[in-house]
Amino acid sequence: MQINIQKRVLEKNETEADRNRAYFKDQKVFVLNMMSSPGSGKTETLCRTLARLMPQIQVGVIVGDICTTNDADRLAVTGAKVTQINTDQFGGDCHLAAHLIEASSRDLGIGDLDLLIVENIGNLVCPAEFDIGEDARAVVLSVTEGEDKPLKYPLMFQVADAAILNKVDLLPYLDFDASLAVENMKKVHPGMPVFEISAKTEQGIDPWIDWLKDKVTAKLG
Amino acid sequence: MHEMGVAEQLVKIALEAIPDDIQDPRVKILNLRIGKLAAVVEHSLTFCIEIITKDTPLEGVKLVIEEVPVTIRCLTCGKEWQADSPVFNCELCGDKAVEMLTGREIDITSMELAE
Repeated sequence: MQINIQKRVLEKNETEADRNRAYFKDQKVFVLNMMSSPGSGKTETLCRTLARLMPQIQVGVIVGDICTTNDADRLAVTGAKVTQINTDQFGGDCHLAAHLIEASSRDLGIGDLDLLIVENIGNLVCPAEFDIGEDARAVVLSVTEGEDKPLKYPLMFQVADAAILNKVDLLPYLDFDASLAVENMKKVHPGMPVFEISAKTEQGIDPWIDWLKDKVTAKLG
Repeated sequence: MHEMGVAEQLVKIALEAIPDDIQDPRVKILNLRIGKLAAVVEHSLTFCIEIITKDTPLEGVKLVIEEVPVTIRCLTCGKEWQADSPVFNCELCGDKAVEMLTGREIDITSMELAE
């Protein structure tokens, strides 16, 4: 006997993401989902970004990590409100799902925030698949990785609204071809803005900050 | 890497779809549609399904997966095409925004119960 079903398997996550999106709209907060592979400099990029945005824009950060609170501790120094989601003490989930986000954003005191940044778990595969109710997604790639990462992980670069190519201060010491990396990003996601920065030296960081400020302003008015 | 989560949702949806009036139901086949760009590995999904369906009406279920190709539409000129590699820019319009029409599906379409 054949039974017709016709359902999206991730429907539950999508429903929860839509609920988050309505809640964030109600709370008048812009939500950015930041994703990357491990070690791309996502936390350092965030630290520098927060320093530029605060206090004019009130920012809160939800940090997703499988283990440790190291990233949350680094970010807390900036004065932003930070909360941590550990998916598992001993190596658990590979992404943050929508249902984890709402409670954490309440803990942060979301009513006082203009911008909520979710630092997702370092992984170029799974976080791309799970909508968390964000307004925009950014992906960070660094020049110590391969130029072909966008082609190897196309979904991540396709769903991102902006990309950061980080650690460009290291380019003189590497064989990395930055223009090829940017070209590959734009093959997967034509028209996507790409910001070539060094979080460490803050080279090239202004256009990224301006992009983010414009997004926040466009939502909050 | 999140195939276990996908497997759990699949099993939940399938169990809910079994009609109440069937005695000792056995689900033989789950028919799925999975987009080429969806982050789901068939082998891992099959492995997870095997583990979590033990001692349930889905024990021994076979997954029949239809792969959905990636199709892209250029938002500038409206051209639509099937992308066989992860290069999604429009050959006419270059670095202009496109939208993905298909290729991200993780859908269950139907299941077959033993008579």
